[in-house]
Amino acid sequence: MIDIMIRLALVFCSISMLGLIYRVIKGPSVADRVIALDAIGVNLVAITALISIVLNSHAFLEIILLIGILAFIGTVAFAKYLEKGVIIERERNH
Amino acid sequence: MRKTNNIILETAVKVLLFFIALYSVYIFTAGHYYPGGGFIGGLMTAGAIVLLLITYDIKTVTKILPVNYRILTAIGLLFAIGTSAGSLIYDLPFLTHAFGDVHLPLLGELSIHTATLFDLGVYFVVVGVTMTIIQTIGEDE
Repeated sequence: MIDIMIRLALVFCSISMLGLIYRVIKGPSVADRVIALDAIGVNLVAITALISIVLNSHAFLEIILLIGILAFIGTVAFAKYLEKGVIIERERNH
Repeated sequence: MRKTNNIILETAVKVLLFFIALYSVYIFTAGHYYPGGGFIGGLMTAGAIVLLLITYDIKTVTKILPVNYRILTAIGLLFAIGTSAGSLIYDLPFLTHAFGDVHLPLLGELSIHTATLFDLGVYFVVVGVTMTIIQTIGEDE
């Protein structure tokens, strides 16, 4: 029973990722694409967790936190680039 | 022009940075028994410093962490060479590692493997090289 439910959840995660990929390709503005890529990262976390349940291993649990941190850093970097034009400033207050 | 301030990001990063740094140290120390090791731990530490660089600026970060990353790379290579050549003293082949129980003053009995020191060298080299690349590109205007 739980096996069928996990596979069903994987299918739904894949469908939502396809919708997000549509938004990445089609998105009118750059911000839409960045938000869609961030949400793809979150979906990837969910899929990694479900796959680790299917494979019955806890070797992927580090990867989940890793994807979360990397998605956050990437989104922050992109947001700063859109806002200020530079990612790493030399001096903040000038 | 109105000055922008990013107080939400700065406050969030103040909390998140400790989690990322702790997680990178965990991944480094767990590398012998679980997935992880010096490479990914070093990359996560560099990621934490990059998050600090994005949030603040190069001048503030060099004030917080006064580290010369090129010297850090050299220290890492010295660790790797030192632990590899240390086996030559005991008349063993190059890169032979050893382990044993060591009594440390604060931590008590510990089983320490010299591969950990080699991994520490890898960690320093990865942090140093990544931060050198990112800072050199970031300073260019």
